[in-house]
Amino acid sequence: MSAVHSDATPILQIEDLSVSFDTAAGQVKAADNVSFALHRGETLALVGETGCGKSVVASSIMQLLPCNAIVRGRAVYAGRDLLGLDEWEMSRIRGSEIAIVFQNPSLALNPIIRVGDQVAEMLRVRKGAAAAQAMQQARDMLSGLGLQGEEKMRMYPFQFSGGMNQRVMIAAAMILSPMMIIADEPSKGLDGALAGEVMAEIARIKTQSGASLLLITHDLNLARDISDRMAVMYCGEIVEIGRSEDIFNEPLHPYTAALLGCLPERGFQPIPGSSPSMINPPSGCKFLPRCPKGSERCRRKLGMAAVEGRGSTSRGNESIGRKVRCWLC
Amino acid sequence: MQNSALCTSSGAVIGSEQCPEGSGRQTEKMQRREMEGSGTECYNMESGKTKRTRMALCSARKILLAQKIGLVGLLLFLSFILMAVFSMQLAPYDPWMRFEPYLLPGGEHLLGTNDLGNDILSELIYSTRISLIVGFAAALMATIIGTIVGLLAGYYRGMTDEILMGITDIFLMIPQIPLIIVIASFLRPSFWLVAILMGALWWTSTARVVRSRTLQVRENGFVQAARALGFSDFHIIFTDVLPNTIHVIAPKFLLSIASAMIAEASISFLGLGDPTMKSWGTMINFAFTRGGFINGYWWWYLTPGLCITLFVLCVVLMGFAWEEQEQEYGGLE
Repeated sequence: MSAVHSDATPILQIEDLSVSFDTAAGQVKAADNVSFALHRGETLALVGETGCGKSVVASSIMQLLPCNAIVRGRAVYAGRDLLGLDEWEMSRIRGSEIAIVFQNPSLALNPIIRVGDQVAEMLRVRKGAAAAQAMQQARDMLSGLGLQGEEKMRMYPFQFSGGMNQRVMIAAAMILSPMMIIADEPSKGLDGALAGEVMAEIARIKTQSGASLLLITHDLNLARDISDRMAVMYCGEIVEIGRSEDIFNEPLHPYTAALLGCLPERGFQPIPGSSPSMINPPSGCKFLPRCPKGSERCRRKLGMAAVEGRGSTSRGNESIGRKVRCWLC
Repeated sequence: MQNSALCTSSGAVIGSEQCPEGSGRQTEKMQRREMEGSGTECYNMESGKTKRTRMALCSARKILLAQKIGLVGLLLFLSFILMAVFSMQLAPYDPWMRFEPYLLPGGEHLLGTNDLGNDILSELIYSTRISLIVGFAAALMATIIGTIVGLLAGYYRGMTDEILMGITDIFLMIPQIPLIIVIASFLRPSFWLVAILMGALWWTSTARVVRSRTLQVRENGFVQAARALGFSDFHIIFTDVLPNTIHVIAPKFLLSIASAMIAEASISFLGLGDPTMKSWGTMINFAFTRGGFINGYWWWYLTPGLCITLFVLCVVLMGFAWEEQEQEYGGLE
């Protein structure tokens, strides 16, 4: 299952990424010292509840945050720090090297341009392909995603269902064969059957082209099904990272355990309390106010610690091994 | 939400069965909204092509019926265009041909002749061309400048917006007609100069309208998605934002034709137009300076005035009909 080569350098290395927003109410710390690595051909799922900063991490990699965002840290992709690139350099990487699939496909397509043209546009404008050739490639791409026929190419996004639009978005994002794909909640707003279908398509294209996938989702089962590794986020911090199976089988962080406990098949246990304010987060462990196992020492500031020998199958490789942000583990 | 649920079950029925009976405007509006709301559902539910075509035909006819004033405007507009294009065939004489001056309207000369003995009806028909060209040229230039300024200000916001809107405010403060008078009196009057001057001064309101629409469009998901796919700002502005602002630019363009024509007429009336070219404004000017008003030769000065009024009216009617339709259909969502 795992296509991870432990010796290869990661395709994307995020180091101490912090994102905050200046608002009238104060500084909102949306992401706090997030670090992880994405390897070639790997699928990493970033999971957590709504508002924990998953999407912010994705947007900051692509430099798509609004102008009031303050970003610190590094995101090294192929030897270059993406956060330091200017808009022009970044626009050449977007789409052709790193592609992002947004959560609301029906709003992410221009309502007044035919879908075939929107996919072919990528080749025409970005690669300078001839119109007929671009259309042909777009046609192939779309029929590979189950949208066959000239008639579908000539339709407008509002004539398509959400799932069909999602496939058009995927086609547009994948047509330049990017090395890395970010899927931001691709299953949101789709019904269960469709979500599975769309994810299967993304996974298929990913395997075909050997790209890496950063999957952002709050659907834990989806994350387990298709990801190699999983990073659990809470309140802007990664609290646990490791192989998906290991995390599912033996959650170490109390928050991961609580999150898994919310799943219907695991007892449907809600987490008591609510997420702390992102403007004034608690010092020390941010999960402490809701933690069933919390104690006095949890008030102290803590970092990510590698956990040796506990569910970690790739011991010795720091970037793949399991890490937890908890005093108790 | 309830509304859309209702649409899936009954929207198609309302759309296709009840449409032929021309009901009141209010119900028409309601039906149209329902059809609009249920568009996707209806489409997905019925793959039958005939039903779809019938629905499309129904809604097209409804728009025309509801916008009767727009239709009137369009017919008037087309007849003016025909008059300008086929003036050579329509006019009874060459407008520069000289007959006896100051002839009263009669069989030979339907609107009489002017002080030089030119046939006034022929003059009137030939003037359509210049008046329309000046109006269109000025409006086109104003619309292009206004659109570019509005798009840039709305898309980039921040400093660019401040600077461009500052310039717009300055242009808004300039008294336009007096400035054109001053410049036209210094330079040799020609109708191109008037058109260019007007185009360079009249773009402010278009810029503001386009800017506010752009601010709205740029927040849409597809603009963000286009950025994420790596398209350049230039590409996004012209292929994603501009097509979504066309429906505010087009009525604005029609309305600026109207104001440009009125301005051209005023400037020509003041004698600052091109004396070698015949336009409705210059006709009124000659009627005024050469005894038409004093002698009460109404066929000389009233007819070009009527032409200006009718043309402005038809353009304004079309613009209003378009705007009203836009308002009913709403924006993107």
